Amino acid sequence: MTVTVLLFASYADLLGRTTLGLDLPAGATVEHVLSEVRLLPGASLLPPSPLVAVNRSYALRTTMLSEGDEVALIPPVAGG
Amino acid sequence: MIRAAVVAHPIDFAAMVSEVAHEGNGATSMFLGTVRSDHDGKDVTGIEYSAYEEMATSEMTAILGEARARFGVEHAAIEHRVGSLDVGDISIAVVAATPHRDACLNAVRFIVEATKARAPIWKLEHYVDGSREWVNAGSGNR
Repeated sequence: MTVTVLLFASYADLLGRTTLGLDLPAGATVEHVLSEVRLLPGASLLPPSPLVAVNRSYALRTTMLSEGDEVALIPPVAGG
Repeated sequence: MIRAAVVAHPIDFAAMVSEVAHEGNGATSMFLGTVRSDHDGKDVTGIEYSAYEEMATSEMTAILGEARARFGVEHAAIEHRVGSLDVGDISIAVVAATPHRDACLNAVRFIVEATKARAPIWKLEHYVDGSREWVNAGSGNR
């Protein structure tokens, strides 16, 4: 299945991109996405457990993914 | 009536006050956040705000729903601005109107704090020496 990964703010700067597509095996979880992202150049500076959202809601590392999901890595927020 | 939005234009807080007006309300409370000229001793020239806009909107809408459940606030609005802001510009406005003052005062505080903690919005501060930095970026996980 294919999922879209979104990167924002400092994470987008670290990885030099704002989006990427990933092909994952059926039954993959958020943890699989994080493992793939960690292979990218610049990813060594990501925190050990970044916040993640799936389809615009905060999610857990164990959250199961489906075809077409939008997985966002959420840097520490600083609104206001 | 509750409404949350991420906007790319200057925030018209007077229009937001009108928006929450209702004849049953005897109290209206508002919070405005503005760009400060210093951060940890550094002189700030401006801030570039960015957001995961769809999620920020849905998260802020959920927060307004929680404020309704906790404080009985039926009329509230929040706008958060994105883009390049100068010192003194309004970055966030929260307005709530209720029959009596306690509920709207408490609700505005709740909405502001929850938005700062949960809405996926980031700020890149620009300093007078030409450097720039993502605020909170070094704090790792939330």
